[in-house]
Amino acid sequence: MSVTAFLTDSTLCIGCKACEVACKEWNGIDDDGLHWSGFSYDNTGSVGASTWRHVKFVEQPPVPGLGGNAGEQTSWTFSSDVCKHCEEAGCLEACPTGSIVRTEFGGVFIQPDVCNGCGYCVTSCPFGVVERHSKDGRAFKCTFCYDRQKAGLVPACARVCPTESIKFGEIEELRTHASKRLEELRQRGIHDATVYDPRDTTVGGTHAIFIVRGDPRSYNLPPHPEVPTAYLKKAWTSSVIAAGLLLGGTLLAFLSDGKRNARKLRR
Amino acid sequence: MPGLGTSFGRGGATTAQQDLSNADAILIMGSSMAENHPVGFQWVMEAREKGAKIIHVDPRYTRTSAMADVWLPLRAGSDIIFLGALVHYVIENSKDFRDYVVHYTNASTILREDFRDTEDLDGLFSGWDEEKKKYDPESWLYAGAPPKKEAGSVPGHSEVGGGHGKDRGGEAQDTGKYESDPTLQHPRCIFQVLKRHFSRYTPEMVERFCGVPQDIFLKVAEIFSSASGPDKTAAICYAVGWTQHSKGVQIIRTASILQLLLGNIGRPGGGILALRGHASIQGSTDIPTLYDILPGYLPMPFFGEESRTLGAYLKKHSARTGLWSGFDKYFISLMKAYYGDSATQGNEWGFHWLPRVTGDNSHFGYWLDMADGKLDGLFVMGQNPAVGASNGRLERKALAKLKWLVVRDMVETETASFWYASPEVERGELSPDSIATEVFLFPAAGTAEKAGTFTNTQRLLQHREKAVDPPGEARSETWFMVHLGRRVKGMAQQNHDSQNDPLRALTWDYSTDGSEAEPRVEEVLREINGSSLVDHKQLGHINDLKNDGSTKCGAWIYCGVFPDESRNRANEREPKDLLGHGWGFAWPNDCRIIYNRASARPDGSPWSERKKLVWWDESKQEWTGLDNPDCDKKIPPQAPTEIYNGHGVEALGGAKPFTLHPDGVGWLYVASGLKDGPLPAHYEPLESLIENPLYNQQTNPVADRKKRTDNPYAALHDARFPFVLTTYRLTEHHTAGGMSRHLAHLSELQPELFTEVSPELAAKQGLRHGEWATIITARALIEARVLVTTRMRPLCINGQDVHQVGVPYHWGYKGCVTGDVVNDLLVISEEPNVRIMETKALTCNITPGRRGRGRQALNQLASEIGKRA
Repeated sequence: MSVTAFLTDSTLCIGCKACEVACKEWNGIDDDGLHWSGFSYDNTGSVGASTWRHVKFVEQPPVPGLGGNAGEQTSWTFSSDVCKHCEEAGCLEACPTGSIVRTEFGGVFIQPDVCNGCGYCVTSCPFGVVERHSKDGRAFKCTFCYDRQKAGLVPACARVCPTESIKFGEIEELRTHASKRLEELRQRGIHDATVYDPRDTTVGGTHAIFIVRGDPRSYNLPPHPEVPTAYLKKAWTSSVIAAGLLLGGTLLAFLSDGKRNARKLRR
Repeated sequence: MPGLGTSFGRGGATTAQQDLSNADAILIMGSSMAENHPVGFQWVMEAREKGAKIIHVDPRYTRTSAMADVWLPLRAGSDIIFLGALVHYVIENSKDFRDYVVHYTNASTILREDFRDTEDLDGLFSGWDEEKKKYDPESWLYAGAPPKKEAGSVPGHSEVGGGHGKDRGGEAQDTGKYESDPTLQHPRCIFQVLKRHFSRYTPEMVERFCGVPQDIFLKVAEIFSSASGPDKTAAICYAVGWTQHSKGVQIIRTASILQLLLGNIGRPGGGILALRGHASIQGSTDIPTLYDILPGYLPMPFFGEESRTLGAYLKKHSARTGLWSGFDKYFISLMKAYYGDSATQGNEWGFHWLPRVTGDNSHFGYWLDMADGKLDGLFVMGQNPAVGASNGRLERKALAKLKWLVVRDMVETETASFWYASPEVERGELSPDSIATEVFLFPAAGTAEKAGTFTNTQRLLQHREKAVDPPGEARSETWFMVHLGRRVKGMAQQNHDSQNDPLRALTWDYSTDGSEAEPRVEEVLREINGSSLVDHKQLGHINDLKNDGSTKCGAWIYCGVFPDESRNRANEREPKDLLGHGWGFAWPNDCRIIYNRASARPDGSPWSERKKLVWWDESKQEWTGLDNPDCDKKIPPQAPTEIYNGHGVEALGGAKPFTLHPDGVGWLYVASGLKDGPLPAHYEPLESLIENPLYNQQTNPVADRKKRTDNPYAALHDARFPFVLTTYRLTEHHTAGGMSRHLAHLSELQPELFTEVSPELAAKQGLRHGEWATIITARALIEARVLVTTRMRPLCINGQDVHQVGVPYHWGYKGCVTGDVVNDLLVISEEPNVRIMETKALTCNITPGRRGRGRQALNQLASEIGKRA
């Protein structure tokens, strides 16, 4: 069973949102409500309990003579966001019921029949991906199309992407592809493209790699994502030290107080 | 598409979408391809990734611009100035592909002495009849072509009706003994006429009247023209952003001229891709839902002398040379498919049973009749005109004049519910109590619920299977039409009026299947392909058609799609190469790139190794290559041309790629077949803010304004409407919304009607992002949410700021997301050749705040329109 990943290349994304729709259709997810946001062409906001793939629209003032593929600028860029399926997954580590598991494909999967809706995973996700469903109460996010992968199929979003902006495959092959692609873009004069693959952070790499132009933060991609459990050891150590200090202090207080009382008595 | 039809011979995209990946540059104009054809756009992306330069010219910065290398903002409606300036640039800088131009276009042909250009007559061509408001096109003919009297009929257009029939490339039956000058120096040769015609379409003009800075224009001109030649090719993609203008056909003509000059037609990576508005629109002109053509672009007979006898009709529409020399074969085979054994030589194959067209029966033609109470009933299928058609208020009010209305759709559309849910009911203009129209809503099967064939944008027929049964009583269109036909025919059998003769003669023996008696759709495609009436075998090729009544064929251009009883080529799904041979069937003869004889030099060898497509194989003595040759496979390149006295395709010889034209070449200049001139001239939109900078003639003189009190226009310099209005579509919705606004997963992506305005216009008019605005034209007012974006920008036109207001048109009053009907703003107008309305360039006003409710809206409209200019 190979370890798989998404490579979402936003330099190829045309913002058609086919991935969003295919994801919802395949997984039977609700709509997000029929509300106009006024934020460019994005009306679903962000990845959440009822949007597992989300296309972000980043607008900058265009300059006549330069289209979005010009090296000089990025005017209107689109990028399809998704659960990152972290190697060190905050949600998985925080889940008290064992609902969240790692699959044989490397993805992080919430078992809806085990989830009790405690919401620990929500606060533990460094990317703000996991969300509790407002009506149902349980947590939901991208399943990495576990059911499709089990059946040997490509995840729905990658299957429908018309421009191959969303690629799916063996993770190391995609990493190689990403670095080649970056080189290709640089040769075309596009120097602001980067590969977002946070391997040197505490999330220890993800199963959703991105190629974006400009600052990754524009696309909801934090420069240094941190899994909250990275601080577990430090936190426990601090707690132990703090507890020790408190205990010591209390003892000291009693001891010193005892001596004073003894002196009083002697007087 | 007479723009392509008259230029090249066939009214279809000249290339396949896959072939765009072979291009060295792609100009996308009049289209936001990434938004409206996202799947096909993958080939543009592939070309870009291979190094092709992508140029997008559009009033708005769209998702297509975001993928392009160069984006040029353009004043809506100034396309011919821009494209004309490209033509001018190519000629002035000798960037034309001279060998191609000399051999494969009519550049060298000499025109009559009495031809006068728009340069001579200030915006009119010779032959203008001011009283009749139309042209007598005789002076447009080639010098030496037989004049009207000799030819026996008017060369050029019919007296009445639209121009779809001209898709077949004009009606010049006989080009005569025309003269030509291969040096292209003769002052009356087409190349020189063209050069003079476009001499004032300069980069300065582009800057002043399109709003595109000269340096950027020149950069684009250089990119596009340098990506053309023996080693390189460039493609053009357009959609209704070109079509839906009062001179749409001539915009497409200008692009055709450019591509012919650069040698980009019939070659890989070249061509003009007409992106069709939705599934099978190409199919619906091939097997037409139009009033003025029969299947395969055969003209409908019009009332009058020229259709009195079959002989006269055939004479008018046949050509001596080229593929149209077989007109009688195509037509008589169609009559045999219609009327079977009842069609005999004695009754002129049933020619007299065909109705005669007596006037404008296009959508707007009959709709205005409806508005005047002249129509009793209407079938509406695959259409939602209450939202989709211009001047929606007039359209909906006209529906109330009907006695009965049948709507077949998957949902209850705005058209079906006009009688209780339309804005006219809310405003008290119509009342359900007083509407006498009886409305029948039939549930229709969806795409996945029926089998059948699509013909897509690249002339590709693809069969699809039924995935699931339609729910409840929903049925396919084929089911509805076959069973309706059976009943109507049954009634005709009972009634012996002679007016029912055609119905009695009509063959209608489609067999059905299953408990719902669903017709077997492959039977229909077999009939369209055609068969021999002698041995009852399917026909394999257009050449098998006969004019003696021994073959029947439903559409000659589709001949070969079903070459034997069990082989449906539309249902073949094993692509063997990039062009997709083995997947579906492209008409004609499975040519993926048409006119591909032009991909080889006159001697039959490819222009270059890099751009080879078809070539002459000396050893096999036939045309071969990467596509099926779009010429007679066995005619060698050296075969001489005998256009003056020869007959048929053979007369064209071996080096004429445009086989539908009687002279076998691409037409830079269209001697006959267009109603508004042999060359494109810039006219301002019917509603415009500025005076025509090129001619005194302000607008297309032949455009039909359909002006009436309920279809008024804004005047030039009308101070009430100081901004340009342009309408468009979004990826997230489908046309009038029947297939998208009823689905939550699509509706949530674009839930509300909005208008895109520049920050400058917002400041000028006091519009605030996210709040409401009211948009007003001479016809109506609507409200929309304001999206202030730098993707819209004011253009400096002749020293003044011109602001453009963009509005997508998908919303209506039914479905899970609703909004005002944008097309209410539009005016009903007709481009003269295809009778399409102008939707891309009008004038409007925009003010902050919502419109009035109910009757107030009418008062508000009256007061806005009543304001003094």
